[in-house]
Amino acid sequence: MSWLTPVVVDVIIQVLKCIVVLLAVVVGGALLSFIERRLLGWWQDRYGPNRVGPFGMFQIAADMLKMFFKEDWNPPFVDRVIFTLAPVVAMSALLIAFSVIPITATWGVADLNIGLLFFFAMAGLSVYAVLFAGWSSNNKYALLGSLRASAQTVSYEVFMGLALMGVVVQVGSFNMRDIVEYQAQNLWLIIPQFFGFCTFFIAGVAVTHRHPFDQPEAEQELADGYHIEYAGMKWGMFFVGEYIGIILVSALLVTLFFGGWHGPFNLLPQLSFLWFALKTSFFIMLFVLLRASIPRPRYDQVMEFGWKFCLPLTLLNLLVTAAVVLLHAPAGAVQ
Amino acid sequence: MTTADTALYIPPYKADDQDVVVELNNRFGPDAFTAQQTRTGMPVLWVARQQLKDVLSFLRNLPKPYSMLYDLHGIDERLRTQRRGLPNADFTVFYHLLSVERNSDVMIKVALAEGDLNLPTATSIWPNANWYEREVWDMLGITFEGHPHLTRILMPPTWQGHPMRKDYPARATEFDPYSLTLAKQELEEEAARFKPEAWGMKRSGANEDYMFLNLGPNHPSAHGAFRIILQLDGEEIVDCVPDIGYHHRGAEKMAERQSWHSFIPYTDRIDYLGGVMNNLPYVLAVEKLAGIKVPQKVDTIRVMLAEFFRITSHLLFLGTYIQDVGAMTPVFFTFTDRQRAYTVIEAITGFRMHPAWYRIGGVAHDLPRGWDKLVKDFVEWLPKRLDEYVKAALQNSILRARTVGVAQYNTAEALSWGTTGAGLRCTGCDFDLRKARPYSGYENFDFEVPLAHNGDAYDRCIVRVEEMRQSIRIIDQCLRNMPEGPYKADHPLTTPPPKERTLQHIETLITHFLQVSWGPVMPANEAFQMIEATKGINSYYLTSDGGTMSYRTRIRTPSYPHLQQIPSVIRGSMVADLIAYLGSIDFVMADVDR
Repeated sequence: MSWLTPVVVDVIIQVLKCIVVLLAVVVGGALLSFIERRLLGWWQDRYGPNRVGPFGMFQIAADMLKMFFKEDWNPPFVDRVIFTLAPVVAMSALLIAFSVIPITATWGVADLNIGLLFFFAMAGLSVYAVLFAGWSSNNKYALLGSLRASAQTVSYEVFMGLALMGVVVQVGSFNMRDIVEYQAQNLWLIIPQFFGFCTFFIAGVAVTHRHPFDQPEAEQELADGYHIEYAGMKWGMFFVGEYIGIILVSALLVTLFFGGWHGPFNLLPQLSFLWFALKTSFFIMLFVLLRASIPRPRYDQVMEFGWKFCLPLTLLNLLVTAAVVLLHAPAGAVQ
Repeated sequence: MTTADTALYIPPYKADDQDVVVELNNRFGPDAFTAQQTRTGMPVLWVARQQLKDVLSFLRNLPKPYSMLYDLHGIDERLRTQRRGLPNADFTVFYHLLSVERNSDVMIKVALAEGDLNLPTATSIWPNANWYEREVWDMLGITFEGHPHLTRILMPPTWQGHPMRKDYPARATEFDPYSLTLAKQELEEEAARFKPEAWGMKRSGANEDYMFLNLGPNHPSAHGAFRIILQLDGEEIVDCVPDIGYHHRGAEKMAERQSWHSFIPYTDRIDYLGGVMNNLPYVLAVEKLAGIKVPQKVDTIRVMLAEFFRITSHLLFLGTYIQDVGAMTPVFFTFTDRQRAYTVIEAITGFRMHPAWYRIGGVAHDLPRGWDKLVKDFVEWLPKRLDEYVKAALQNSILRARTVGVAQYNTAEALSWGTTGAGLRCTGCDFDLRKARPYSGYENFDFEVPLAHNGDAYDRCIVRVEEMRQSIRIIDQCLRNMPEGPYKADHPLTTPPPKERTLQHIETLITHFLQVSWGPVMPANEAFQMIEATKGINSYYLTSDGGTMSYRTRIRTPSYPHLQQIPSVIRGSMVADLIAYLGSIDFVMADVDR
């Protein structure tokens, strides 16, 4: 067993961890469809799926089976290559971004020192999924949807980045673990970076195209928008991709503003995974609650809100944060 | 919100208003008109085709004008036997004009000979003549000179023949068996190809290439089989053309093959959310023909049930309206409320959505024991829920931003397009038939007519929410003051006739037998009744030739003109505004296409 050097063992363990995280996220994403439907049912005075298995839990299995066995049909008028590529991008871009999330002190896929930037890059890529899907579908509803989506994503990513710069300035690092550790030693960033949190949360919802920022797929207007021509597993990838987006943004919110795997006041540090999971689920539920409770603004109102309200707010937040950091910096530290 | 300060003063209703006849005679001379005696409650005047356009323009431009073309349709007179004293006609086209300022109507009729079915168009006088004239052409084959776009409207473009003609078969068994040949299929497919020019759409220049978006006939927000072609510039709607007819079932033709009694269930399905509300104008019109005066209890029961259906229809509207602007939850709650209402309706009538429960001269049964408890529960339940909807959904700033100022029109525009109901009252026009022209005993009730003033998508919703509260008030008064007495009029034409004496009295038995087997025979005449239905003014204009079946049943539905109005309101708005607007109109396609 000479090849089983400590390095190799490390690699194997790391790969195993990656696979576990990957599976957990994908399965979690799939499971969310069931959870969302049950939660919506609960809030809407009805049952939701409750027939398959105990509490309807196997509904997800039934849905997956259905999706897997559906014919993988391409409409004759689509651009096949791009049409196939779009759902792959949709699912993988946000899935890859998950690799920078530190789940606990010891778990996590990659510990990049530019973790946040990596997330922005991946979120930026995900807009291509919508763009590709809308363009290649050769369908006017899809086209309108993807136009809305690209305009919306581009404008919301502008201040999504800026919203987090406050965090970066305060912590002094792009590394997620540094940010979590900073919060464990100081305050959770939700308090000093409250406006950053608000705007990032809004941008996060927008980037995942979740209600109320689902203009690109607004059922009442565009009858599903950019993925109107998709069926079977390709549609399923968009579907799961959306839920992965929710998990990702929720996990990011927890990591950046709510102390990551730490409990409040560093309570019960041995339960770090539980803390992380609990806080993430809270935000996931918030996503669903948002969908259940508010109407959808008009597309141009969304753009206006982004540019005229959120962007100035993030800039202001960044400026104030920077000023405060500079004020507290020890004399001579700033050239 | 519910103030009555309106620019238009609505005087008390004037049935058979002879003022306009005097004015017309003064202007055109008494020889120009032939007056017809009817039970329609309005003067019916025949004019010659040459004078038609002048007469219509005159009526439109009078002081206190007839600003609404309420209805326009035709009658195939060729088989009609009882038309003494009327001008010779193979076909008749009638123009039913309504003046809100006078609160009275007038009907102008034109006689046409079979070889020369041609009239000047009235589209330049009332914009909503457009669709009505298309329908007359579609159904009767009468052409309108100068009409901008005289094509089929309810029937498919490839249809042969004109269904409302008396020589056109009414039943499938009278046709040759249907077969689809390849040639026919190709013809149909070619006809379905979208050519913007054929729809009357224009490009503004050679350099501009607009995008056409086909919305419907299957679209989540089209509320049924409704199609609307949008001409877009980005997200802005440059022009649009509504396309109807996908839900056409030929209800008016069916009426000519059903007995007066057995047509009642068909009326339920005209506005399929209106339930017995649809029976009401029909039954009231038949009773006018028959000369039946119903007992007070019948009126009160009818009002109560009609208001129940106003509530269920408005609740469905409210839920889907909020859903159309993107909030998914309230629709489930309003449906829960509807179920509660249907529980009461089912206990009383035995059915839920389409009870077909009103009868000529009464209702089907007496109220069941314990009905008052059920009604009371509902009356106590709903107001609290309405408060919640207002607080949780209608005051939401996103919803307001989506609907306030969207798809706005004023009273004059509404009247010129034939808009009625909440769509008219949201512009500040206090015209509710229950107050303006009380029927079925509405004058005995204490309620208010909710008004709004902006005439936008939001106000249309608010008006309906307030109407539900008023309906609750009316139901509550029915509950407290339900009269004693019979549930059927004691009249020979009451159908089904009272059965108590049939086994003691041979004449009664014979009448009963004939009425149940052949149906009642209505005296030859014409009668008309309009009511404030769930979606606007709904009316039945019945022509009897002295038979067991109607000679002509004209069903004027509110949703039809409401859809015709869409392009004039929505041009220049965005796609999302159109969706909010469609949601706020509150139409069902069955009510449009009949």
